[in-house]
Amino acid sequence: MADSGVIADEEFVVDESRRKLLVAATAATGAVGIAFAAAPFISSWLPSERAQALGLPTQFDLSKLEPGQMAVTVWRKQPIYIVHRTPEMVASLTNHDALLKDPGSKDSEQPAYAANVARSRTPAYLVLIGTCTHLGCLPKAHFEPRDPAIGSYWPGGWLCPCHGSRFDLAGRVFEGSPASVNLRVPPYSFPDARKLIIGVDQA
Amino acid sequence: MSVVEKPPAGAPPQKTGGLRAWFYKRLPIEEFISSQLTGYYAPKNFNFWYFFGFLSLFVLALQLATGIFLTMFYKPGEATAFDSVAFIMREVDYGWLIRYLHSTGASAFFIVVYLHMFRALLYGSYKRPRELLWLIGMLVYFALMAEAFLGYVLPWGNMSYWAAQVIVNIFGTIPGIGPGLVEWIRGDYGIADATLNRFFALHVVAVPLALLLLVVLHLVALRQTGSNNPDGIEIKEKLGPDGKPLDGIPFHPYYTVKDTVGLGVFLVLFAIVVFFVPTFGGYFLEPANFEPANPFSTPPEITPSWYLTPYYAILRGIPNQRLGALVLVLALVAYLLLPWLDRSPVKSMRYKGWISRLFFALFIVSFLGLVYVGLHPVEPFYVLMGRICTALYFAYFVLMPWYTRIDPVRPVPERLRFHAHA
Repeated sequence: MADSGVIADEEFVVDESRRKLLVAATAATGAVGIAFAAAPFISSWLPSERAQALGLPTQFDLSKLEPGQMAVTVWRKQPIYIVHRTPEMVASLTNHDALLKDPGSKDSEQPAYAANVARSRTPAYLVLIGTCTHLGCLPKAHFEPRDPAIGSYWPGGWLCPCHGSRFDLAGRVFEGSPASVNLRVPPYSFPDARKLIIGVDQA
Repeated sequence: MSVVEKPPAGAPPQKTGGLRAWFYKRLPIEEFISSQLTGYYAPKNFNFWYFFGFLSLFVLALQLATGIFLTMFYKPGEATAFDSVAFIMREVDYGWLIRYLHSTGASAFFIVVYLHMFRALLYGSYKRPRELLWLIGMLVYFALMAEAFLGYVLPWGNMSYWAAQVIVNIFGTIPGIGPGLVEWIRGDYGIADATLNRFFALHVVAVPLALLLLVVLHLVALRQTGSNNPDGIEIKEKLGPDGKPLDGIPFHPYYTVKDTVGLGVFLVLFAIVVFFVPTFGGYFLEPANFEPANPFSTPPEITPSWYLTPYYAILRGIPNQRLGALVLVLALVAYLLLPWLDRSPVKSMRYKGWISRLFFALFIVSFLGLVYVGLHPVEPFYVLMGRICTALYFAYFVLMPWYTRIDPVRPVPERLRFHAHA
């Protein structure tokens, strides 16, 4: 009975389109709300303030690195390979472009000043992030040219023990390796002749 | 308590006095038992291969129980994780036993799950009407792989560290978002303390909850369609006058008793491994993981645990990182498409023809071949063998719509083939 405050069945008409709109609007508002509520949880996984602070540039003293030697230091928890290349090592870089996947480092990651054949600011010093661009293992140094364990073509470089990627003395990857791009070059600079700073482009 | 006559299966609970009735009135215990066990009819011709679903459930319970106890002594964190595992092994009373039960349980889990999956492939249990049962089962398998990987990282041995490095970097091959995604997963610029802590949370809380939910869904879906059987015949289509399947027997007591025997055999083998060969020659616990994590020394050979090596071998055999990761994903996605790839009119290998049998045999050989290759270093012979096995692995799936259609199938009998023991 309408007069008792109860709507009789015949008077009760459901406006379906209105109901659909309200349901859709409520669902959409809820979805936006969930997305906003999820944001803090998702961003909690980003590197923390502490991790970022510990990721500041690293200094390295070049004076003890003899020609032909390699040193390993750390920047942002990643091993950094620093090689003092001999003139013969630098000369070896030009003879095997046909064997490389990306000889001109077109698809590889490096600062503009390292986008050259030697992949460095100065040919004598090579600075690389020492994690394989395939899946992150540490390529092992095999600097001896024509290493019998690798092959007569070998000009010297690195061999990844995990999946067999091979890199030359500029960190450029050889054809037939599972890695597709050359070893990455971090930003770095030389504040003076004896010092190397990894993590900044300009000293 | 008064003696109550046993109600017929499926009947509503009897109203009786006492504590039992008090409970039954408030919880549907009796309905549950009758619908899930005494009134749930399973085909009467289950064979050896039908032990492994129950055994998977048992190992899940074992991993939860041992895992809870390990959590009481393990300390996540770069500085404490490795030492706390040594503490469990040397100083906690029976800590060695709890850890070996858990580490052996991980490998045992994959053994029983692989045999369970083999059974599904053998008898066509993934086919209509059990597509969803198969899909949920595959999600359980994927969650299990994630759980095993996360758990493998926790002891923070050198293999833990490098496994985390390699697996997390697979996400880095995704075009565009890859590098940022990897940093987000690690919570640092390398695998670090932050990574270990979140992997711990995922391993002990998030993934186990997801696993439990998926297992419940898997069982609910199984109850909906009923079990397949070695003949691949729907027992629901041949009902007796009482409305029960003619070729079905109640799950309890028939299969609960049978599964108990299977469990006994399983536990004998399991105990032999736990007590005498817990490392299983480096396959269950790898020697490189007895050294603490060292970001500056890659172990001479990185091989994942044996149960993940097939996919690892596929990834490694492809000389392009992005393509390798893509093919790895496809190798897993292929399982999900299986119910729609198989066009055969019959379910079970018993009635499939020689072409289906040949491709199935080659698939099993290639899978075992990939396990073998993934456990060996990257040398030309293993790379070649890995590539051949990868091709055979995909041939099983990709060519399935074709070969299941031209396959000379045999006639399927009306009723189950079953010979009662004398």
